[in-house]
Amino acid sequence: MSVLVYTETENGKFKKTAFEVASYAKEVAAMMGTSVTAIAINAENATELGSYGVDKVLMVKNEKLNTFNAKAYADTLKQAADKEQAKVIIVSSSADSKFMAPILAVKLNAGYASNVVSLPESTSPFKVKRTAFSNKAFNITEITTDVKLVGVSKNSFGLKENTATASEEAFAPELNNDDFTIKVESVDKATGKVTIADADIVVSGGRGLKGPENWNMIENLAEVLGAATACSKPVSDMGWRPHSEHVGQTGKPVASNLYIAIGISGAIQHLAGINASKVKVVINNDPEAPFFKAADYGVVGDAFEVVPRLTEKLKEFKANNA
Amino acid sequence: MKILVCISHVPDTTSKINFTDGDTRFDTNGVQFVINPNDEFGLTRAMWFKEKQGASITVVNVGGPETEPTLRKALAIGADEAIRVNTEPTDGFFVAKQLAKIVADGGFDLIIAGRESIDYNGGMVPGMLATLVNANFVNTCIGLEINDNDVTAIREIDGGKETLKTSLPLVIGGQKGLVEESDLRIPNMRGIMMARQKKLTVAEPVEATKETTAVKFENPAPKGAVKLVSPDNLDELVSLLHNEAKVI
Ligand SMILES: Cc1cc2nc3c(=O)[nH]c(=O)nc-3n(C[C@H](O)[C@H](O)[C@H](O)COP(=O)(O)OP(=O)(O)OC[C@H]3O[C@@H](n4cnc5c(N)ncnc54)[C@H](O)[C@@H]3O)c2cc1C
Repeated sequence: MSVLVYTETENGKFKKTAFEVASYAKEVAAMMGTSVTAIAINAENATELGSYGVDKVLMVKNEKLNTFNAKAYADTLKQAADKEQAKVIIVSSSADSKFMAPILAVKLNAGYASNVVSLPESTSPFKVKRTAFSNKAFNITEITTDVKLVGVSKNSFGLKENTATASEEAFAPELNNDDFTIKVESVDKATGKVTIADADIVVSGGRGLKGPENWNMIENLAEVLGAATACSKPVSDMGWRPHSEHVGQTGKPVASNLYIAIGISGAIQHLAGINASKVKVVINNDPEAPFFKAADYGVVGDAFEVVPRLTEKLKEFKANNA
Repeated sequence: MKILVCISHVPDTTSKINFTDGDTRFDTNGVQFVINPNDEFGLTRAMWFKEKQGASITVVNVGGPETEPTLRKALAIGADEAIRVNTEPTDGFFVAKQLAKIVADGGFDLIIAGRESIDYNGGMVPGMLATLVNANFVNTCIGLEINDNDVTAIREIDGGKETLKTSLPLVIGGQKGLVEESDLRIPNMRGIMMARQKKLTVAEPVEATKETTAVKFENPAPKGAVKLVSPDNLDELVSLLHNEAKVI
């Protein structure tokens, strides 16, 4: 009756979110007086999971699962949950997990709560806190089914090291043709760049930057910080930056540890996308810009002067603290 | 091709979010309701299929009579008919069950839903619906082409996109990218007049259990005031980010 956690891999390696959901699962298991079983698909080596509290890893090795396939992965998790008689299943909030979770929920007759931001308030009844209204509020949700599926928001819980030793067990799900009615034709992914979804730090620019030719300023700052770059909606609408960088209610949500907004006014639809970020820094020449009300730290000043200077200061800081 | 577009009726993006009845209900007082933005992109893509390839469009909403203006707006944009399932949409699974009945009765080939509603942000209805009706499913869909039974869909993944091949029947969770924002339709006078004549059917709900309950709402804790740093003293900002916020 262990807690089952889906630990995502990419090219055989665990993603950072895998350790975050494992850390979360460990604490839920402690609340329920049980152990943690992880399911890892085509992982090279699962020992790292022990350091985040996983007791047992179901190791799936199957070439057909080399590329993510929501239906087949859901089927795999369903069979793992049945085998372990898991009553609580934990997944992350990656695009893949959010694709798969509703399918899994139906297969397991499990109530599903997504965007969960903290440990359950209680496990009986099972109540979790999730974000709602595009991060403008929270909602305490009770899952009333026997089996529960929880989607944990990125960076909401963090990593908690543990010293368990994870045992490994081979697990071969039975998959059929029906699981593969969707075929991946091609994947187009920027390599070597931090993505908004995975980034701990995001540097974002708005219309205040005046034009795409000024974006090297944003990129330089991002590079020093190992950050992802993002933008406000008008910036992507005008084609200064790709749509995939558009942050906000109609764009991407950002749940980073640090969000630096440069030349962005802080319209409510933009803020909805970044409310879940922990620390917000705003650089804007207008002291009345609404973003200052949502920010932790602010600089009232011209981005064209402030940003290059800040980049230099951070370079010095990094050099001294390397 | 028969297309069903699922329309969620949500507070306008600028709404103040407040709660009543001891923080157990969303306070709709003074709130303007609109078509969920993700659904609006889907509806426009459906119009494209209708105009370019021939298709009929039915829009559906699970909700009380107060959602009818939102459905009428979808009709004014160009949907052919509307269905309202007359019940309160309290839980994603419950809504998916209601929609599954409409899909089974209507024999739809393509079901377009939004990636998520911007009120409860559950992001579960499209995938649950697809699984209940045994259709193919593509989430966070940002591109869709259909030739006879063959589907090419593009979905957004973390850090990029992925092109998929599949077949009808299909459910998508759509979003911006399905069409350009500049292509979104604003109902014109003729559309609004015609919408009045179009069929809006009220369907009674099917029995379905809820799996989750929204017990209580909370507003975020009020934020402390911003700490302003002079542009001439950026060392202080670096120090605050390192020592106080501990993010660098
Ligand atoms: C339905 C709907 C959905 C929306 N969804 C989103 C969304 O998802 N994401 C989003 O971002 N927006 C969204 N918007 C748009 C949103 O309302 C704002 O229009 C947008 O966020 C403004 O972008 P901006 O701050 O970059 O531009 P502006 O509003 O033009 O602000 C630019 C800022 O830059 C500052 N500035 C100018 N020059 C300088 C300088 N030299 N140095 C420093 N600062 C400078 C100005 O003081 C100003 O504050 C949506 C709107 C609607 C109606």
